[in-house]
Amino acid sequence: MSFPWLTVIGAIPLAGTAVIAALPNDKPKLAKQTALGTTLVTLVLTIAMAVQFAPHGDRFQFTQTVSWIPAFGVNYALGVDGIALVLLLMTVVLWPIVILASWDECENTKRSVKTFLALMVSMETVLIGVFASTDIFLFYVCFEAMLIPMYFIIGAAGTPKSSYASMKFLLYSLLGGLLMLAAVIALYVVGGHSFLYTALEHAHMPVNDQRWLFLGFFFAFAVKAPLWPFHTWLPDSAAESPVGGTVLLVGVLDKVGTFGFLRYCLGLFPEASHWFTPVVLVLAVVGVIYGALQAIGQKDLLRLIAYVSVSHFGLITLGVFAFTSQGQSGATLYMVNHGFSTGALLMVIGFMIARRRSRGINDFGGMQKVAPVLAGTFLVACLSGLALPGLNTFVSEFLVLVGTFTRYKVAAGIATIGIILASIYMLVLYQRTMTGPVAPSVDGTTDLSLREKLVIAPMVAIIVFLGFYPRPILDVINPAVSATLQQTGNSDPPPVVPANAASTNTAGGSS
Amino acid sequence: MSLATVMGQLTAGLAPRAADNTPPPFPTPHIDYRALLPMLIVGGVAAVGVLVEALVPRARRAITQTVLSLAGLVAALIAVVSNTSIRNITAGGAISVDGPTLFIQGTVIAVSIGAMLLIADRSFGRDADFAAQAADVPGSAAEQASVRAGFVHTEVFPLTLFAVTGMLLFPAANDLITMFVGLEVLSLPLYLLVGMARRRRLLSQEAAVKYFLLGAFSSAFFVYGMALVYGYANSVKFSDIATALSASTHGDPLLIVGLALLGIALIFKLSGAPFHWWTPDVYQGAPTPITAFMASGTKIAAFGALLRVLFVAFGGLSWDWRPVIWGVAIVTMVVGAVVGVTQTDVKRLLAYSSIAHAGFLLTAVGGATVATADSESSVLFYLVAYGFMTIGAFAIVMLVRDADGEANHLSRWVGLGRRSPLIAGIFAFFLLAFAGLPPTSGLWAKVAVFKAAYEGGAAPLVIVGMLASAVTAYYYVRIIVLMFFQEPAVDGPTVAAPTVFTSAAVVIGVAATLVLGIAPQPLLDLAGKAVPFLR
Repeated sequence: MSFPWLTVIGAIPLAGTAVIAALPNDKPKLAKQTALGTTLVTLVLTIAMAVQFAPHGDRFQFTQTVSWIPAFGVNYALGVDGIALVLLLMTVVLWPIVILASWDECENTKRSVKTFLALMVSMETVLIGVFASTDIFLFYVCFEAMLIPMYFIIGAAGTPKSSYASMKFLLYSLLGGLLMLAAVIALYVVGGHSFLYTALEHAHMPVNDQRWLFLGFFFAFAVKAPLWPFHTWLPDSAAESPVGGTVLLVGVLDKVGTFGFLRYCLGLFPEASHWFTPVVLVLAVVGVIYGALQAIGQKDLLRLIAYVSVSHFGLITLGVFAFTSQGQSGATLYMVNHGFSTGALLMVIGFMIARRRSRGINDFGGMQKVAPVLAGTFLVACLSGLALPGLNTFVSEFLVLVGTFTRYKVAAGIATIGIILASIYMLVLYQRTMTGPVAPSVDGTTDLSLREKLVIAPMVAIIVFLGFYPRPILDVINPAVSATLQQTGNSDPPPVVPANAASTNTAGGSS
Repeated sequence: MSLATVMGQLTAGLAPRAADNTPPPFPTPHIDYRALLPMLIVGGVAAVGVLVEALVPRARRAITQTVLSLAGLVAALIAVVSNTSIRNITAGGAISVDGPTLFIQGTVIAVSIGAMLLIADRSFGRDADFAAQAADVPGSAAEQASVRAGFVHTEVFPLTLFAVTGMLLFPAANDLITMFVGLEVLSLPLYLLVGMARRRRLLSQEAAVKYFLLGAFSSAFFVYGMALVYGYANSVKFSDIATALSASTHGDPLLIVGLALLGIALIFKLSGAPFHWWTPDVYQGAPTPITAFMASGTKIAAFGALLRVLFVAFGGLSWDWRPVIWGVAIVTMVVGAVVGVTQTDVKRLLAYSSIAHAGFLLTAVGGATVATADSESSVLFYLVAYGFMTIGAFAIVMLVRDADGEANHLSRWVGLGRRSPLIAGIFAFFLLAFAGLPPTSGLWAKVAVFKAAYEGGAAPLVIVGMLASAVTAYYYVRIIVLMFFQEPAVDGPTVAAPTVFTSAAVVIGVAATLVLGIAPQPLLDLAGKAVPFLR
């Protein structure tokens, strides 16, 4: 591989950060334009790279390996497989949209506009690093580095509550991260003195060591994902952070956890993953139901979305640990879809909060009469959140449930209740805020501005497009998923239907 | 064990020598002056510094001493660097100039240069940190007269250099007597320096007395331990002790008790629990430049000495001392982490942080069944990373001041990020380095020691270490929250404009922490080449 695509893509936001940080304080507009420009260039370059990705080529492409710290066997090793590529794409698509969505909001933080934007843009580099690294230590470094900008973004409002939330976020993540560091170091010692993923996946580790190491990694990812019962930091952080930060947190950062399950927990510790599967499934199913029930009871818009996400992350985890190609493809697709559908929900909520200066559900009502476009986009986002057929999340949710059902019937059965609950919390949310008589406080609210339409239009377009035609994404994901299944030594359970139906059963798992 | 048995064994040990009618002729030891050059330079400059006190007019003393001390330290550093190829046991077997010695000497001198810059910055002028005349009774008329006369305690410079000399000798000592000399040369000037704070003088003097009394006890333990070990091995030389150990087929109470007593003195010096009680009081009471000097220099030198005693002299006894080191490491980490959470004074907080770091370092020592090169080199790397962070962090502490001098109470740091983002940002950077987050040297330091610990089979220590790290992260981050997320108080402290000296110290600290965070390999190579100890 001649051109270092991933390095360049990662370096652009970093350079942008430096430029933004060097700008004078009194030119917020220039800072915003630089941030938007940087993220757009990153997007364009990533797309240019993605079209060259050969789905049936090597598992890791665009690879680059440079020895960084030979004493610890740490390499600067980059490369993406299909799973990482689609998550990378989701990341770079969301970033400019979030910057544009935060156009006005970033003036309201405690810090200067340029600081806030520099933090936002710097985080893009770190996330690209997380998804693109194929060296476990490099991954860990990015995983931990992610905390610092996010911590300052969550605390940006400067209120006691936000500083509490950012502290809680940091401590939860740091505890998980440090336990993972212990496991990473142990992995180096047990796994043959290398941190390269490609070297470690073939390492033979004693079963008992595997289980301990699995726990170290699992805990970090379970906090990040967040999986019930490690989720309590998410509602606080999501509610107190500026909405743009919440989109990044829930939409992208949390995917690192589920991505970690798939890439590292399953890929490196296949036997331990099987051994722990019953426990993980229970946690995931509890999360699905618990998150949904909590969401129904919320009075705060942002906390509601946070609990919805807890429920959805339960489903994603279920799909990952189902060890079937539909389950894992569905889970990966769900990660992407969740980024867009929850992102859209949060952005519209951000517009509502900007108009009404309140997060309380009861402060809204009848908005569809005064702001029809806002209400319309909100409805699309809500329907995507409850996985309406024809919208993106339906495909992934269906795949996850089918994939789980072929192996774990009870878990899939219980998780299906989550779908019913989803329609309750989403439709009730829409009903309370948008329908009914116009609440006096909402009267005279303006509809979406051109900037806001520009923000939400691509999101809605992606939601609808992926609902009808998820195949481009699935084609990229599937080879990577079958590689993961090979690592764990699983094959799809044979269908109990006549043999001629088998070829239509898989969603392209072996195509 | 009764006294009689002890005496019996002592006389038994002495018996062969008593049997000789003619004492063996005393051989003239061969001394490799080049190998000893760093110590000779620093000690010599310290002696010249005393003469400067006597001969140079008062007005020009401070500047003379500053230039002299810094030049001496730089010369000593050059001497260490030029000696890197030397691996030699010299001075009749008393001093071992080997890789670890040179590495630790270089590190001690480097952090001493940083500390000396801070001392130079604070020894004269309006916001001096040292008393005008340490002999004046606090609050007395004499004190006021001294202040009015503008007296300056330039003795600080030679005293510090004498302490540095001790720190250079301590890890190089190859027998217990020399090590004890190093320990005392290191400690005595520090007892004095601790009591010299200009403000809150009673607190400072209390700290000095506490440190002196406890330090005297620990020295006594060392001497007692030395006597018992001599009783066992009939020698105080590390090589003879190691030989005696390998020749013996059974454990011996004399030996075990002797090693335990030596260990107490060493663990006291590196502020490991349960001998850490002096640390917060002394760190708080001492003038901040001296705190920076002690927190980095003493710890580095003490770890060097501990490694040499455990690996070179008592390596054969590792199955006996390893469980103890495990226990000490766990208690040290837990105490440093948990008690640190409740601190409200930034210097006390950094003191508990330094205790926790001693615990992290001990995990690597506890992971060494036999002296593995990995365990030694990881400790060496950690000491460098930690030393530079510490100097930098205390330099920032010195800059945050109000009308009464330094504003050490954490409530005074509220909103500092709003007032002076650069200073608060640099302090936050050091705190993140202490916490071991990328991209700082703290991350690699932790990785190095925990890897060594894990490879040595000390996985439980690694787990405790990680949990303790998470707790320490809480108090580091709490300061960041204070500085950045809260409204500054109306009468909040100001940040003194840093002088050239302090700026230099801060820049050295930041640069070392950042460079080692991004490219630690060269130093890791160096530490890898420095080991093992010459036996």
